[in-house]
Amino acid sequence: MKRRTFTSLVAGLSMAAGMMGTTAMAQDDMRIALVVKALGIGFFEAAAEGANEAAAELGGVEIIYTGPTSTTAEGQIEVINSLIAQGVDAIAISANDPDAVVPALKRAMDRGITVISWDSGVAEEGRMMHLNPSSTPLIGNTILKLAADHMPDGGEVAILSATTTSTNQNAWIAAAEEVLPNYPGINLVATVYGDDLSDKSYREAQGLMQTYPDLGAIIAPTTVGILAACQAVSDAGKIGEINVTGLGLPSEMAGCVESGATKSFAIWNPIDLGYSATMIAHSLATGTDASGEISMGRMGTVTLDDTGSAAMADPFTYDSSNIDDFKDIF
Amino acid sequence: MTKLLASREALLMLAIAVLLGIIAWRFPAFVAPSNLFSVFNDTSPLILLAIGQMIVILTKCIDLSVAANLALTGMVVSLINIAAPGLSVFFIVLIAIGFGTLLGMFNGILVWKLAIPPIVVTLGTMTIFRGIIFLLTEGKWVNSHEMSDSFKSVPRTDLLGLPILSWIAISAVILFTIVMTRTSLGRAFYAAGGNPHAATYAGINVGKTQFWAFTISGAIAGLTGYLWVSRFAVAYVDVAAGFELTVVAACVIGGVSIMGGIGTVFGALLGALFLGIIANALPVVNISPFAQMAISGGAIIIAVILNAQANRTPGRIILKKAEHAT
Repeated sequence: MKRRTFTSLVAGLSMAAGMMGTTAMAQDDMRIALVVKALGIGFFEAAAEGANEAAAELGGVEIIYTGPTSTTAEGQIEVINSLIAQGVDAIAISANDPDAVVPALKRAMDRGITVISWDSGVAEEGRMMHLNPSSTPLIGNTILKLAADHMPDGGEVAILSATTTSTNQNAWIAAAEEVLPNYPGINLVATVYGDDLSDKSYREAQGLMQTYPDLGAIIAPTTVGILAACQAVSDAGKIGEINVTGLGLPSEMAGCVESGATKSFAIWNPIDLGYSATMIAHSLATGTDASGEISMGRMGTVTLDDTGSAAMADPFTYDSSNIDDFKDIF
Repeated sequence: MTKLLASREALLMLAIAVLLGIIAWRFPAFVAPSNLFSVFNDTSPLILLAIGQMIVILTKCIDLSVAANLALTGMVVSLINIAAPGLSVFFIVLIAIGFGTLLGMFNGILVWKLAIPPIVVTLGTMTIFRGIIFLLTEGKWVNSHEMSDSFKSVPRTDLLGLPILSWIAISAVILFTIVMTRTSLGRAFYAAGGNPHAATYAGINVGKTQFWAFTISGAIAGLTGYLWVSRFAVAYVDVAAGFELTVVAACVIGGVSIMGGIGTVFGALLGALFLGIIANALPVVNISPFAQMAISGGAIIIAVILNAQANRTPGRIILKKAEHAT
C-alpha cells in the first residue's frame, strides 16, 4: 500500500518536471543541441566553444552540448531520443554511424526539429544538410600551399602518405597533384608511403632525404607521418633546410613547431566548425530553406551541393604564432 | 671449407653481401660506411627483439606479445617521464627493463604453470597489453614536447662514433652469445626445445626453462620499448603494430628452427640485419611502393628456402649394396 503511494508520488513529480520542461520550452530562447561523438574529446570541447560563441552572437539561443560517454551509435540514439523528449528546436550532430542514427533523427524531424550533421555525416534521409569541415580539393590545395609558401624560389617537395590504400590520403594527394601547375617552380619529386607506422614513416623520410639532397619540403597529410618526418629531419640536422608540413593536430605538433622543423601545418578548426554548425542550425530553424546558399556569420556562406552537403572552409593553418593557443585544446 | 660454406650463417652472410651489391648498383651511396652504420642503428631494435624471440623459439615456444610489450612499456615510461620529468634516465631504463620483465614473466607463468600453448597465451597478452595502453591513455598520444630532453637523448647520443642505441644492440649480441654458449641456462634452452623428453630425464625443468625464456624476451622488449619511444619521440596505442611478425621473420631467416632447439645469436643478428637492410634500401632504390611489400615477402621466402636447403642433412646410407641395387 505504502509502495503504491510512493509510485504515484514519483509519477506526480515526474509529471511536474515534465510540465516545468514544457514551460521552459515555451520561453523564447531557441535551444540548439550540439550532439558529439563522445564527451571529453578535446576536438569537440573546442567545437562547443565555437557553438557558444555563435549563440552569444545570435542572442536568445541556448546551446545544449551533449553526447554519449563512448563513441557508439546506440549511445547517440539515446541522446537523440531524450532531446526529442525535451523538445529542442535543432539538433546538430557529428555521427558515430551514418545510418544507425537515421531512424531516431527522422523521428526528430517529424516532430519539427531541425536536424543537420557536421564533421562526421549522416545519410541523406536523416538530416537536412551536412557541413563538412573542408573538401578534398581545398585540402589538396592547402597542403601544397603550406609547402610553397615557405619556398619563394621554388624547389623539390615530396609527399609522405599513410598506406597505399588510404582513401582520404589518396584523394587529397590526387587533388594536390591537380593544382600543382598553379605553383610554378614547385616540383613534386616523389610520393612515398609510411603505412602510418612511426618506424616505417621515419625510414621513408630518411630515404627521401638521401635520394633527394635538395629536397625543400616533406608534405605528410597524416598525423603519424608528419611527426615521424619531423623527427627524422631533426635527427638528420636538417631543420631549416627541409620544412615538414601537412595535416596534424596542434597537441601533437607543438614540439615540431617549437624546434622549427615544421614552419606551419593545417587541420580543420573545431571552433569554427562548431560556430558554423550552430549558425546554420539557427538559420534553418528560423525558416531558411535547406538549399542553395546558407549564411554562417563570420565564416561567410556555404553552398549546398545536390547531396545537401557543403564544405566550410580551407583547413586552418597553425604556426608558431598560434600553436600555444590550440595545443591544449585538441 | 665446405663445412663453412654449408653453415647457415655463412650462407646468410653471402646473401647479405649479394643484397648489398644489388643495392649499391642501384644506389651507390647506400654502401658508404656512414650509411651502413645508420642502417645498423635503425635495425638495432629489431636485433634486440630477435635475440629475445630466438631464445623463446629455441624452447619450442613463440612470443607474439613482444611488440605489444614494447608499446606498453614505452607508454608507461613516457607517462612516468611526464609525471616526473626530473627522474634520471638511468632509472627510466631500469623501470623499462623491470616492467618488461614482469610482462614477460606473466606470459611465462601461464605457459609454465597452466601449460597453455604459448601461441594462445601470447596472442591473448598481445591484445591485453595494447588494451591496457588504451585504458591508461584513452587513446591519447604522448608527443615529443611532453617528453624531457634527457629522455629523448639517450638513443641518439654518440659514443665512440656510434649512437648508444647501436652499442646496446652490440652489447646484447655479445652478452647473449656468452649466455647461450657458456652457461647452463643457455644450454638448457637448447635442450628444452631440441628434445624435451631427454631434457627432462637430464634433470632440466622444461616448463621453468620456457618461463625464463619468456622472462628474458620480456626484459629485452621492455628495454626496446623505452628506446623505441625515445627514438621516434612519440608513444601511442599502435606503436610498432605488427612488428612481432617482423621479429619472428628475422629469427626464421637467421636459421632459428621454428621447431625449437636450433639457432644462434649470430644467426638472429644476421636475420635482423637482412630485413633491416631491405627496409632501409627500399625507400632509396626508387621502387614503386606498391611492389615493396611483395619484394620484402619474396626476399623472406628466398632466404628461408636457402636456409632449409642448408639445414637438410642427407640421410646416411648404411646399406651400400642396397643403394647399388636400385
